[in-house]
Amino acid sequence: MELIFEKSVTGRRGVRLPASDVPPAPPLSAVLARDGAPDLPQVSELDVVRHFTTLSRRNFSVDTHFYPLGSCTMKYNAKALEEAAKLFAPYHPMVPLLPHGASFSQGSLGLVHGLGEALAEITGMDEVTCQPLAGAHGEMTGIMLIAAYHEAKGNRKKYVVVPDSSHGTNPASAAMVGYEIITVPTAPYGDMDLEKYRAVMTDEVAAVMMTCPNTLGLFNPHIREICDIAHDHDALMYYDGANLNAILGKVRPGDVGFDVIHVNLHKTFGTPHGGGGPGSGPVGVKKLLASYLPGPRVVKNSDGDYSVIPHSHESIGRTAGFFGNFGVMAKAFAYITMLGREGLIQVSEQAVLNANYIMARLKDVYDLPYDQTCMHECVFSAARQARNGVHAIDIAKFLIDRGFHPPTVYFPLIVKEAIMIEPTETESKETMDAFIEAMRDAADLAERNPAAFAELPRTMPITRPDETKAAREQNVCYFGC
Amino acid sequence: MSGADYCPNSPEEVRRMLDAVGVADIDDLFRPISPALRAKSFDLPPGMSEFEMLHRLQTLAGRNAQGLVHFVGGGFHDHLIPAVVDHLASRPEFYTAYTPYQPECSQGTLQALFEYQTAICRLTGMEVANASLYDGGTALAEAALMALRITGRSRLVVDGAVNPFHREILATYLANLDVELVEIAPKAGMEDDARLRAAIDDATAAVIVQNPDFFGTLSDLSGLAAEAHGVGALLVASVYPISLGLVRSPGSMGADIVVGDGQSLGNPLSFGGPSFGFIAGRREHIRNLPGRIIGETVDRNGARGFVLTLQAREQHIKRHKATSNICSNQSLCALRGLIFLSALGSEGMAELARLNRDKAEYAKAVLGAVPGVEVLNSGFTFNEFTVCLPKVAEEAVVALLRKGVAAGVPLGPYYPDMEKCMVVTVTERRTRAEIDAFARQLEGALWN
Repeated sequence: MELIFEKSVTGRRGVRLPASDVPPAPPLSAVLARDGAPDLPQVSELDVVRHFTTLSRRNFSVDTHFYPLGSCTMKYNAKALEEAAKLFAPYHPMVPLLPHGASFSQGSLGLVHGLGEALAEITGMDEVTCQPLAGAHGEMTGIMLIAAYHEAKGNRKKYVVVPDSSHGTNPASAAMVGYEIITVPTAPYGDMDLEKYRAVMTDEVAAVMMTCPNTLGLFNPHIREICDIAHDHDALMYYDGANLNAILGKVRPGDVGFDVIHVNLHKTFGTPHGGGGPGSGPVGVKKLLASYLPGPRVVKNSDGDYSVIPHSHESIGRTAGFFGNFGVMAKAFAYITMLGREGLIQVSEQAVLNANYIMARLKDVYDLPYDQTCMHECVFSAARQARNGVHAIDIAKFLIDRGFHPPTVYFPLIVKEAIMIEPTETESKETMDAFIEAMRDAADLAERNPAAFAELPRTMPITRPDETKAAREQNVCYFGC
Repeated sequence: MSGADYCPNSPEEVRRMLDAVGVADIDDLFRPISPALRAKSFDLPPGMSEFEMLHRLQTLAGRNAQGLVHFVGGGFHDHLIPAVVDHLASRPEFYTAYTPYQPECSQGTLQALFEYQTAICRLTGMEVANASLYDGGTALAEAALMALRITGRSRLVVDGAVNPFHREILATYLANLDVELVEIAPKAGMEDDARLRAAIDDATAAVIVQNPDFFGTLSDLSGLAAEAHGVGALLVASVYPISLGLVRSPGSMGADIVVGDGQSLGNPLSFGGPSFGFIAGRREHIRNLPGRIIGETVDRNGARGFVLTLQAREQHIKRHKATSNICSNQSLCALRGLIFLSALGSEGMAELARLNRDKAEYAKAVLGAVPGVEVLNSGFTFNEFTVCLPKVAEEAVVALLRKGVAAGVPLGPYYPDMEKCMVVTVTERRTRAEIDAFARQLEGALWN
């Protein structure tokens, strides 16, 4: 399809601006002035509307398609959340940072504080900062807090331990903070091998990063022991909250022994992900880390009003411009407010039921490397189909033609030909039944006519784009840049 | 009681699903979690219907001061947003989609981001851009890390006239790394790069500047770029995208990495987020760019298509050896930026930039005419400038806030020897009448 730049017609204009009511300023010096207007599309407003409306129709999305991406929690995004965020759109983040400015922003500050309190209760933590702008940003912030804690005690630690099933962001975030990574393999029971973990633990380990339930969708029965071993070495426990959707009201990481958690608001709390963001990654900590939290912090005074305090001298500093991705936070706050205690518990119960239902109905046709009750997601392997030359990616393309966004494939890396399915709680039995039928049809076709997969998908504007060519030619900007 | 229920299955359907799984009830599914590990508390209020929730949030939003007239910036700016931006970005096919991991069913997001990359390259005068980062401050920190990777050096020279919040983020990102961060005290309001040139040596990875700087001053970065390049260092420039409708691009001035915050391009103030950070660079450095990059290719039938490319740099493949830990970016905000730039187009962006500058120059003149008020900037500015008052600026700001005017960002908290000064921001949204009223109110606050 044509690019908006290719639709450009010299002299065409979109939106008009208000006329100036002040005299023109003297021109910039020649050395500062741009040589003519920037080279942007010259199109009418209707050109813009048609172009982006057409583009939007080339996307699968939660509102249009079942989207069972494992580890990503693509649940329904309630429309009321959008309305909630709009209520706060006009407010400037600089106002509460002006002298006595907090009194002019009590509503927005109240929301930041209220969300932090709710997340602390949900996760079992003592304090929360909403500043991090995404899950991985929260991870990095959390590891920085841990580094500050060890630094304050005069302990220079070198390592962060992660299981080999962890999200790639875990080791990447720890590396951004200067740590070396120790990876512990997964045991046959589907989680970090306890004996191998014990063997790598020393006083040089700063933190252990875990997802529980992990990326195989399994709850680690040894989690408390893992926490205890870490604490014996004064290593802190980091909880990757990507899979929090499975345990709302059932388990609180803070109760189990974790010291830090990040929460992906765009996963557990139903805020839309926008084709890749914005997300939001608040970080909760136990008291021992509270003084290191980034600033500015919002606090509630004894009179019920909210103030902004600059961070303490122990703080790690600042991880983002202002108070976080506030618009996303407002949506999560609205979601928590609507669902309440019972609604949140129901989220996890139904999400776990849905995942187990899909697992039960597919395990006779796909290999299930870890055959246990799963939490909110399950991981199959297409190894059986691969023997006929049909790989996980082929099954993904088959599903596209059947109108389903494919599950996550090839993750976690420890499962060969992984197909990771997370239906979430908002999908109905009939949608899942249709998906199950499609998955079974794919398995059947893989037996009968494996060659047919090479032609798929047939129903999309493009099919099997050449990724090697894209990487080799690196055409990342339309001709003329 | 739950106020909203997005779980569709009826009790009968739940029953049938439990049967298929082979358990008696849902609790059985949580058996792998021993009782000792169960939540000690989950003390949240009961739910509310969406109507009650919205009423509650309306009441909360009502506790913010309504209708403040903004002359404050600090990195976020009060700009017009054409209606098409909201309408098109609100299409759920865009906002309820995820990362485009399956290109066939994500061409909408992928092509839009490719177009966004193109728009950013053209605006900044650079060759490659990624599909967005979190915000302007974190983009600056990522650019610094990128410069360290490219040069293999460990010394960074940062202009003290870079947004203090962004410098704080940079320092936070670098705190645990073996990097020497040298901050050069600014000559506020002056176009002067001699102090920066003097600080660059052959151990320097990059010199990091902002244009226009935090005080509003515009500079030609060419000399500084040449000086940096002479010793093998890079020039990292943080820029204000609206200014690029009028000001020479940082690429043409010799910058190697260009970053900034895209809030002003069609994203509401939203109390500081979400917006997006942009980052652009030279083609030879593309493998060192952090975050996602969209590339053009062809499909099996030769049709044009777009894919996530160069993923071998990214955390989901490279884990701890990735160029960055970035996973989510700010796609929807970047899309808003692209729609904004398309709707305004070449002439619209030039006109918007002129409007900003014209209004700011007018404000500079009328505020400068207030007795005792001195404009600090000696050279050209864009839509921000610094004024120094005959008293502590914080006092004037408080007095004006009470009159409904957010007058400016007082500099005392960030530059202790400048407590009488503040940075004033004037966008196209400010009318002549508002600017005149501001000058009168400032005069009243200073002299009554």
